[in-house]
Amino acid sequence: MSIWNLFSHASWAISILLVLWMIYDWIKTDRAYSEAQLTSSREGEIEALSEKHKI
Amino acid sequence: MSNGTAALAPSEHGHKVSLLRVLGPAHVWALGVGIVLVGEFTGWNFSADKGGSLAALMVLWLVGLLYTCVAMIDSEVTSTVAAAGGQYAQAKHIVGPLMAFNVALYLVFAYTMLEVSDAILAGDLITQVATESGAVGINHNPFIVLCIVVLVWLNYRGVLATLNVNFIVTALAFLSIVVIFFSVQPWSQGVVLKLGDMITPSNALPYGWIGVVAGFQFGIWYYLGIEGTTQAAEEVRSPARSLPFGTMAGMMTLLIAAALTWYVCASLLPWQHLGVTFFPLYDAALVTGSATLKFLLFWGTVLSAVASANGCINDGARAWFSLGRDRYLPTWFSAVHPKYRTPYRSIVFLMPIALAFAFIADLNQAITFSILSGVLHYTFMSINIVMFRNKWPVGSIRRGYTHPFHPLPAFLLFVLCVITIFAIFLGYGSQLIAMVAFYIIVSLWFHFYRYRYVRRGDQFTMPWPKPKGY
Repeated sequence: MSIWNLFSHASWAISILLVLWMIYDWIKTDRAYSEAQLTSSREGEIEALSEKHKI
Repeated sequence: MSNGTAALAPSEHGHKVSLLRVLGPAHVWALGVGIVLVGEFTGWNFSADKGGSLAALMVLWLVGLLYTCVAMIDSEVTSTVAAAGGQYAQAKHIVGPLMAFNVALYLVFAYTMLEVSDAILAGDLITQVATESGAVGINHNPFIVLCIVVLVWLNYRGVLATLNVNFIVTALAFLSIVVIFFSVQPWSQGVVLKLGDMITPSNALPYGWIGVVAGFQFGIWYYLGIEGTTQAAEEVRSPARSLPFGTMAGMMTLLIAAALTWYVCASLLPWQHLGVTFFPLYDAALVTGSATLKFLLFWGTVLSAVASANGCINDGARAWFSLGRDRYLPTWFSAVHPKYRTPYRSIVFLMPIALAFAFIADLNQAITFSILSGVLHYTFMSINIVMFRNKWPVGSIRRGYTHPFHPLPAFLLFVLCVITIFAIFLGYGSQLIAMVAFYIIVSLWFHFYRYRYVRRGDQFTMPWPKPKGY
């Protein structure tokens, strides 16, 4: 097996792992927070929130 | 808290989850230039096929003028309407919901199709190198998938890291253009560069002036996507300052990059080859015979494609997210990740769509749909700014930037857009008609079905005075 075949298989493997991680995190997040909270972002309200954000 | 994430903290609005304001002007520059710069490495050169190398130079200037108008107009409006969704939010407040819905679709299509084109380009380049190095049976699909999935993952994890990466990648790609320009001794024509031999009176405009008009379609590649800076409006610390500054600095960078690219490529490659190659800068590096330049321009091309796809994922997801937030689409899409503060459902939702197009569409089809959506969008902007100035004249609301010579830029933009649409019609008439028909059908769906779910009063959020005449 050439190095390029190896890269090709590694690309598939990394992609699948990352997709699985995102799906896992997505499900975990959706279970941990209510739908109302997750979709609570409103256009125009961000100013007050960002003022309180500490970096 | 330097990684762009924050714990969910109570605010005066309660436990709300919003996008984070963590970006600065450099990120805005990285977003805009990052999306566009791939166009210098591939795409613009097809205008030489339509009208010769001189036509490619003319459309560089004329389409540069079009995009300078876009950048100026966009900077003024978005410094006032600082919301995710960019031009969608502008259209909603200035024109109305149906226009806004269409603009958001233009944005999502333009960015998703450009992302697909970028991934195909990166995959093809890597496959080509594999084949040149003796590998047999290597397919581009795994590299396309890797490119899209890794960038989606990066976008999922936070906007600050995403655009920090884009800044570095874009700067390296831009640097490769500067390096090849100075490496070929541009100050002494005839030593390496042979512009006089490549462009002669007999081949300067091989198809006459209609070739220049036809070249407009591909001249768009020089700058396509710079308006994407406005999608970051809700995530920059100081939108009124950062967005105009980042957008205008980005436009200047692109004008310089485009001029350097044309000069090097037109001086090294005959127009017949320049007009058909997929990698003009890489081919120019091959002509010089320098292994270092070949290496540099190969990676410059790959990095520019990666930066562009990265920015497109960022922008497409924000436009989709905004549609969900206003109930133009199911509100399910408007979820923000409580830890990473990204529109994670919109980001992941668009991934399989991009992958599907990457597998079934070829590069030409994907980029044509992107360009079509982009030009329809720019045509809207010329009308939008006139309505904006009429309804809220200068002095009536606070603007972070006021563009000069109004309404000349709006008029110029409209005329140049009409010429570009005509050029697209010459080359891709059936796709243009199909795309317009698609937008008409979805507009009917929105007007007669979807709009009943929209909370009409809630969608207008800017604390502006009543428009003049109302």
